[in-house]
Formats: sequence, structure tokens, C-alpha cells
Amino acid sequence: MGVPNGSSHISIRGVQKVFRTGGQEVAALKDIDLEIAPGEFVCLLGPSGCGKSTLLNAVAGFSLPTGGTIDILGAPVTEPGPDRGMVFQEYALFPWMTVEQNIAFGLQIKGQPKAAIREKVDQLLTLLHLHDFRKRHPKDLSGGMRQRVAIARVLALDSPIMLMDEPFGALDALTRRNLQDEVLRLWMELKKTILFVTHSIEESLYLADRTVVMTYRPGTVKRDLRITLPRPRDVASAEFNALKKELSQLLMEEQTRHNQDEFRGAAVD
Amino acid sequence: MPQKLWKALSGILVPLAAIAFWQLLSSKGWVNATILPSPMQVLTRWWAYLRPLDPFDPAQGPYWRWLLSGELPQDAMGSLYRVLVGFFIGAGLALPLGLAMGYSKLVNGLFNPLIQVLRPIPPIAYIPLSILWFGLGNPPAIFLISIGAFFPVLMNTVTGVQNVDSIYLRVGRNLGAGRFTQFTRIILPAATPYIFTGARIGMGTAFIVVIVSEMIAVNNGLGYRILEAREYLWSDKIIAGMFTIGLLGLAIDTVMSRLSARLLRWHRGLEQS
Repeated sequence: MGVPNGSSHISIRGVQKVFRTGGQEVAALKDIDLEIAPGEFVCLLGPSGCGKSTLLNAVAGFSLPTGGTIDILGAPVTEPGPDRGMVFQEYALFPWMTVEQNIAFGLQIKGQPKAAIREKVDQLLTLLHLHDFRKRHPKDLSGGMRQRVAIARVLALDSPIMLMDEPFGALDALTRRNLQDEVLRLWMELKKTILFVTHSIEESLYLADRTVVMTYRPGTVKRDLRITLPRPRDVASAEFNALKKELSQLLMEEQTRHNQDEFRGAAVD
Repeated sequence: MPQKLWKALSGILVPLAAIAFWQLLSSKGWVNATILPSPMQVLTRWWAYLRPLDPFDPAQGPYWRWLLSGELPQDAMGSLYRVLVGFFIGAGLALPLGLAMGYSKLVNGLFNPLIQVLRPIPPIAYIPLSILWFGLGNPPAIFLISIGAFFPVLMNTVTGVQNVDSIYLRVGRNLGAGRFTQFTRIILPAATPYIFTGARIGMGTAFIVVIVSEMIAVNNGLGYRILEAREYLWSDKIIAGMFTIGLLGLAIDTVMSRLSARLLRWHRGLEQS
């Protein structure tokens, strides 16, 4: 797309998000600044309640920020759009559609000709090893398979940016690692810009170019860590574990604030 | 093997016992045959009710038409015709209104108060008005049946649309679907399990109402026939007619549930079928 070389794919400037519930104002996000370059793989890491999903939803356009601006490919976000396909933790496949119908849906919305859709769907089925499951409905697939379909559905859009909201949170460890490798392979092959929300330190270190650690309420950027370990990364290596320790430390501080907040809340109630 | 046998037998055990007890009551002369005729007597009457009245004559038409020329087949077809026409009118009006009410808070706000007042009125309470408005014959019967089918389909359609998981709508917007596509490709299919449930209940109600409506407005059909049999104190024919109603209702419900299981194969709740 017509993006000047070197400029950000996702540009988040001074973003604030205030929720109003029952007359009370809760600041979910405060003064967030992030520039994400084309082809970068960025993880948002933080304890629950740090607003990482809120930030992702703001980028997706589901829930716009109350302050600041978010630009995608140089244009401000005003609504959700197919230039930022999203993969959800709960898969969110359409259960009444087969695997191939799910993948084709975005292309049909775009109004592409049937032959082109068929070709693209075929290509994606191959890419994600889903060929034998093309006629199945989501209920007949395992969690890992469903998430492959969800990824294929987003890839069909050919969007430069992919948003992922704890996509592997509900999967078992082996399937999870398997899909992490798959995402890395696709990312390198297709050169996507990925913004990936997770609460797993190891996942962020295994995947990302940059891990952005967020603070607990209000969500701010606590640490923007560039991970330069060569891929494929060895989760047992000393360097990996040193980083893991460093991030654990940061996360524990926020978790403690989270816990204090909860205990205080319990005392007031 | 004994288990299989038991499984096959267990379903007919209670009905057989009931019939045996019934036969006992009659053979011992404990009840008056006019009040409760014996099973054999009912069966004989049923057969007389079912079989063609005239011998087969090729000049009169094809064989299948002759087979259906008996009183019972004619009554059953008359009832079925009214059920189907009434159901399709009632459901056909309820479906678009239900979709609009489920989708739009404005439409829901406009129609819901009226609907809530009309809904508890049993279709039978419309009988006087239906005769006043439509006279006698099929029109008042079909009017009553369509009222019976209308509300279950309406309420389930509204609930179905309102309960569409919002994540599907978010995915739709994310993939770039406009309002029309959202409605036709996401909301409508997501609501079909509810709509089918409504249709099944509506069909059941239609079948109840047809029997009642035939007792007041028309001169054929299963409901009419058992009322007519009462005039002559033909209790065997009353019971034969009642069993026919039961079997026909069961057949309709089976067809409806098979149909929805087939069309909703994707749905989690129907995995076993």
C-alpha cells in the first residue's frame, strides 16, 4: 500500500482511554506512545487489567481512545477495517460456515471474483495445512485447528497488519508452541506487521522483535524491550533466561500493584 | 443381546400394559361399552374409518387417490392443509417482524408493548371474533391457526437475533462487512437455531388450534369428526380419531426436528443427532 518507506505502520500517540462506570472514572490507558515499523513483531505484555487488550481494541477500531491518536498506514483509525485483521483468543469462527467458507468470507465482502477467491482459499489451506479439513465445520475441529482457520481468515484479507489478542491462551502447551512456530514462519514469509497481546513472558520472548511491558492501571508503557536473540530462539539458553528473569521482575512489580488494588477493593466492599 | 432385546421391548411395554388393562376393563364388563369401548372395538372402527368406502375403479382415478378416499385420510388431509396454510401465514408474518424487532431497539420499542398484551391471549379466545370477521369454513380456522403459530415464531426470532454473540459482529466489522452483509450472513444464520425452535413450537400450537377450530367452523377434519362422533355417541370413533390426531402430531414434530437437525448440522447443541 502507499506507505512512505520507513514510516510507521502503526503509530500510537498520547493515547488515553477512560471508562465511565457507575459515575466512576477509570483510566485504563494513559499517555501511550508507540511506533511500530513495517514488518515488526511487537508483543504487548502485562498482567490482567493493564489495558493491553484495550489498546489492541483501540488499534482494531472496536473501541476508540478517549484521547490521543492512532494512525494505521498513515491514516487515523475511525472504525474497524480489513487492513487490520484480528485473531481472537476465542477463535470466533462462524460455526455455520465450513472451514473454506470462513476463509473466503472476507474475500466475498471485498467483492472478489469467484475464481480468485477459490484460488486464494486453496493457497491458504495449503499454507496452514488445512486441506483435509476444508469441508468441516468449526465444531468438528480441535482448538489448534480452529485457530489456524482464524489465522487463514485474516491472511485472506492480504492486510499488511495482523492483530492477535492472546490467540493461543486457550491451547495446550504443545499445540501452543506449534502454532507459535507457525506464526513465526508466516510472519517471515509474508512480512506482516504483527501486534500480539499476551500475558506469557516466554511467549513474548520467543516471538517478538520488541516486547512492550505495560503497567497495571492506568496502563502505560513501563518498558519497551528490543529482543535481538537470533531465531529460532532457544528457550533453554542463558540469554533467553536472563531476559525472562528481567521481564519477570518487571511483571511482578505490576502484579503486586494489581493484588494490592484487589485487596483494597475487597476491603471497601 | 438381551440388552438389545430389552431396548427394543422397553418402549412398547407400557403401551401394551395399558392396552391390556383397558381390554380387561371391557371384557370384565367393569365399564359401560358406550363410555369406554374395548381396544378391539376401537381398532375395528379405526379400520372402517380409514379404508376407502367404494371398491377400486380405475375409471375414477389412480390407485393412490382411491387409497386416500376413505374418511380418515380425507379428514387428515383437510386438517394438514389448514395447519400448513395457517402456519405459513403466521410464521411468514412473524419472521420479518421478529428479525426487525430483534435487530432494532426502535422497532422493538414500538411493537413490544402491543405484542406483550396480545401474546397471552389464547388463540381459542379469538373464536368469536374469527367467526364474526370471517364467517364459517376455512378462513376463520386458518386465522386462528396463524395466530397460534405467530407468537412462538415471533418471540424466538426476537430472542435469536438479540442473542447473537457480539464477537461474531466484531469479526464481521473487522473483515469489512457492511450492515447488509452483517445481517444476512451473520445475524440471520446465527439466529436460525432459535428460529427453528420457534417454528417447531409454532407448528405444535398450530396443530392444537386446528383441532379446536374444526370443532366450531368447518365440517370436515379430524377435530370436526370427533365432535360429530360425540353427537352419535360413537365413542369408539372418538378414540380412533384422537389416536389419529396423536400420531399425526407426532409425525409432524418428527419431520420438523429431523429437518432442523439436518439444516443445523453445524450447531453444537445438535452434535448427537
